[in-house]
Amino acid sequence: MHPLILGPLVVALVSSALAFLISLTDRVVNDYGEVQIDINGGKKLLKVRGGSPLLGTLAFENIFLPSACGGRGSCGACKVKVRSDVGPHLPTELPYLNSQEVAQNVRLACQVKLKKDISIEIPEALFNIKKFKTTVERIRDLTYDIKEVYLRLSDAAIADGGISFTPGQYAQLVTPPYGDVKESVQRAYSMSSTPQDREHIELLIRLVPGGIATTYVHTRLKEGDTIEVVGPFGEFGVRDTKALMVFVAGGSGMAPFKSMLNHMAQTGAWQDRDIWYFFGARSKRDMFYLEEMEELGKRFSNFHFVPALSEPKPEDNWTGPVGLITNVLDSYFKERMAPDVPKEGYLCGSPGMIDACIKVMTNNGITTDKIYYDKFA
Amino acid sequence: MSPAINPIILFFASIFTSNILLANFLGMCSFISISKDQKSSFGLGFAVTIVMTITMVASWVVLKLIIEPLNLDYLSFIIFIIVIAAIVQILEMVIDRVSPALYMALGIFLPLITVNCAILGAILFMQIRNYDFFQTLAFGIGSGAGWWLAIMLLASIRKRIDVAPVSAGLKGPGITIITIGFMAMAFIGFSGMLNVQ
Repeated sequence: MHPLILGPLVVALVSSALAFLISLTDRVVNDYGEVQIDINGGKKLLKVRGGSPLLGTLAFENIFLPSACGGRGSCGACKVKVRSDVGPHLPTELPYLNSQEVAQNVRLACQVKLKKDISIEIPEALFNIKKFKTTVERIRDLTYDIKEVYLRLSDAAIADGGISFTPGQYAQLVTPPYGDVKESVQRAYSMSSTPQDREHIELLIRLVPGGIATTYVHTRLKEGDTIEVVGPFGEFGVRDTKALMVFVAGGSGMAPFKSMLNHMAQTGAWQDRDIWYFFGARSKRDMFYLEEMEELGKRFSNFHFVPALSEPKPEDNWTGPVGLITNVLDSYFKERMAPDVPKEGYLCGSPGMIDACIKVMTNNGITTDKIYYDKFA
Repeated sequence: MSPAINPIILFFASIFTSNILLANFLGMCSFISISKDQKSSFGLGFAVTIVMTITMVASWVVLKLIIEPLNLDYLSFIIFIIVIAAIVQILEMVIDRVSPALYMALGIFLPLITVNCAILGAILFMQIRNYDFFQTLAFGIGSGAGWWLAIMLLASIRKRIDVAPVSAGLKGPGITIITIGFMAMAFIGFSGMLNVQ
């Protein structure tokens, strides 16, 4: 046979023989058959095909663990307590787990491959989490870099009862691949709508330079588009006590407090509790919902709204408090609030702002176990 | 005709007198980068030994059954590379299923070995020197073990170097390459004992 034919033929035959061998091994070795997932000690039993990561398999069964990265092992949100033996922790999991979690066999669901029957523990609330198909009903500019996105759930989801959550919880927006971004990503945003409106989800989204999801929302998302949302997640929310509440937010950290305050206005909840809301912005161009909040302040004598600007411009004609939100907070603690009343702190904003506010609050007598926050980096 | 070397002698020779790393300088990239850490070095050395042995034997079979009868010597590079890549893939799947603990220990190193030139280099030596089956087996295990020994030695030395006063310009890869040079010279000392070709 001519070498020009023989050579390629042999290479092709050897390659296909090896490829056949690989797929045969894959068939035999990676067939884990049917695997049973036991959730919360028999509460729910799932029969699934083995071989895939736990996170994706659960999502396929409509159980959504929190995940900001979509299963790439880079956010550490999909923690789950595994009761059966699934082998030692992987190097990819350890950076996200503290020693206590390692001892309790807490794992990242995206890194645990289902190979045999497994028994896991997840918070009951996760059964409530669904993936919603939504349509963008309205997008509004609140400031030059914050948009209010108002989403309407699909008719099927509304017929199914819509979304059920408590004010303060967050949802994950699923952005499709676009431009240079080849993968769908999920990012978490606090919901600013109220639980009374079961047909809509409202999110406040600030443009983060270089952010995949926020850039998508700010440059591509239009009214009428469809987009998927998974939720609700999170334990942030008003605790059931009688203590005075101190809310502190900056920028899009407004979202959970808008939800809580509108919930108060609509249902009459928490009207027997004093609420102080400190909202910090740089100058007036970063300030929004001023009228709405002041309106609430007039309607409810227990609610005190304190907007503060750190760098007001002369043309802002600002007469309110000036200074970093931490300084304003500190002076109000010392001068306006009764020192001996039990207080709780609620924070939402950048990690830097939260850390600084925690310091001010602990200096003014609120212990760290009474300070609640969602940190969105 | 196979050269008449006892496989056992060949095994020791490929560890000491003609160490694939220190005599032939093959597999240098991972040798330098991974030897920072002793634990990783151990994992990689182990993985190289396993892969070296299995791919060596498989390549020998392909060489004797396909390449030589059909006079396809000029295609041996391509075919060997395909064989290595495929076997590493299969090995990865089998180890994952059979021994998750070992799979975990080898971690990322197993797929990385596909592109380790020491493997292809050793297989080509096997072809050039025309080894028979048992010599091939001994040469495969020996070359892998030699690589493993060399990286463990270097990792141990680098642990010492980490706390030694090395001048700023030589820190990292610089002093490592000098160290490898000394190690190679030390290993040349063995070469008078046996001569294997």
